[in-house]
Amino acid sequence: MAVTHEVATGMGGIRTAGDLVARMQMTKGMKLKEAKEYVAGKLGISVFELSDSYRMKEIREQFDIGHVLDRDKASYGMEAKFNIAKLLGIPINSVENFKKKIGMI
Amino acid sequence: MEKYFTRLGDGSAVWMTEEDIRWDLEEGMKDAADRGRIPELTDDEMQRLFEIITHPEKTVSCERGNEGVVTFDAGTLKLPVRAGIPMDRMATILTHERALCSDTMELCTTDYSYKSIKNFVHEEAMSMELAQLNSIIPIFYGAMPNLGQYTKPDGPIDNWSELLPLAKIPEARAAQEEAVEHAARDMVYISSIVYDSGADGINFDTVGASGDGDFLATLKAVETLKNKYPDMPVEIGMAGEFVLGMHGQLTYEGDRLAGLYPHQQVKVCEKAGATIFGCVINTNSSMSFAWNLARTVTFVKACVEAANIPVHVNAGMGVGGVPLTNTSPTDATSRASKAIIEIGKADGL
Repeated sequence: MAVTHEVATGMGGIRTAGDLVARMQMTKGMKLKEAKEYVAGKLGISVFELSDSYRMKEIREQFDIGHVLDRDKASYGMEAKFNIAKLLGIPINSVENFKKKIGMI
Repeated sequence: MEKYFTRLGDGSAVWMTEEDIRWDLEEGMKDAADRGRIPELTDDEMQRLFEIITHPEKTVSCERGNEGVVTFDAGTLKLPVRAGIPMDRMATILTHERALCSDTMELCTTDYSYKSIKNFVHEEAMSMELAQLNSIIPIFYGAMPNLGQYTKPDGPIDNWSELLPLAKIPEARAAQEEAVEHAARDMVYISSIVYDSGADGINFDTVGASGDGDFLATLKAVETLKNKYPDMPVEIGMAGEFVLGMHGQLTYEGDRLAGLYPHQQVKVCEKAGATIFGCVINTNSSMSFAWNLARTVTFVKACVEAANIPVHVNAGMGVGGVPLTNTSPTDATSRASKAIIEIGKADGL
C-alpha cells in the first residue's frame, strides 16, 4: 500500500527531491508549497523539476547528495547528509552527533 | 445503463451507475460536513471526485507537480514482519530508500508501543545510530502511546474499561489521569534517548486509540520534548477522526479533547509543538468507496485549511478512504491518494 502511494502521489525519495522536501516540512514545519519552493531555490531549479527523476539525477550528482544508483567516490549515508545540511542550510541531528563524536565541534 | 467498476468500503468489487456514485459522493460529503460542522465540497470538486473514481485506468496518479511527501507509521514492520521477508531493519530502511524510493522512513519495533520499548531503548538507540550512518532519507523513530498498556495486569493502574461499566466514573477518570502521567513520562524518556542517538524526528502514531487520555498524554509528552529539544521534528498521527471521551473532561490549554474532529485536533497539536499532523478519517466498510472518499476529502480539506503545519493524511487500510482490508486494491488506494492530495490539498500522506 505504501508503494502505491509513493507511485501515485509520492515525490520519489532520493530518486528525485522527496527527502529534501520532507526535511523542510519536518525541521521548519513548512507546508508543501513552501517546502518545495525553498528546496527548488536552494538547488537552483524550478519546482516542477523537483519530481523529474532525469533532472534530479544530474542535480543530486552535481551537489553530491546521494542517489539511488551507486557510484564510486560519490557520497552516501552520513557523507551525503553533511552535504544536504550545508545545501539546505539546516542542522541534521545525526550529522551534528557525528561531528561531536569525531571532535569536529 | 452504463455501470462503472468501483469498490465497497471492505475492498470488494462492485459495479455502480453514475447516478448511484454521484448519490454516494453527495451523501458521504454531507455526512462529513454535518458531523464536523465544516464546509461542503464545491460542485467542481465533486465532479473531480466523480472523474477520479470512474477513471478507466486501473491505477491512477497525480498530475505532474502535485506530488506530496510520504511519511510512515509502522515503517520497519511492513517488510520484515508483516510480509515475512527475512531482512533486518537496516536492510528494510535501505530498501525503502534506494529501491522503493520512500521520502522518509521510520525505525520501529514489533510491539509498537512506547511502554514496551523502555527495557531495550538503548539497543533501539544503537540501531538508530547505525541506520543514520548508512541512510540519506530522514529516519523517524515511532510507536504508539497505547494508554491501555498501563492498566492491570500489564501495568499498575485499575482498568477504566472495567470500572466504567460498574458506574465507577470518578475511579475510572482518576485511573486515566494517573495513566496519562506514566505514559507521558515514558514517551519523553524513550524519545529523548533515540533523538540523542540521531533520529531525524519522533512519530507518535495511533494517538487517541485509548481515548482523550491517550491524546492528552501525547500532547504533554510533545510539549515537554519541545521544551527540551526546540528543533525536534514531531509527527502526531491520530487513531481516528473523532477523539473518544473515555474520560470526557480532559483538556489541553483550555480545549476539551473529547469530541474533537481533525480540523480541531490539528490546532491542539500545533499548540503542543507538533511539526506534522497525521489526520485520520475512518472508512465505513459497509458503504461504497465513493461515499468514503468524498467523506475523507471533505474532512481533509477542512483540516488542511485550518492547519499552519503540514498535514500528512493517514491512508492505510481502513482510513483515508482506503478500503478496510489488509491488501487494499491498488485501484482504490491510488484513487484515494490522488483525491487526498489534489482535492484535499494535503501536504503528504
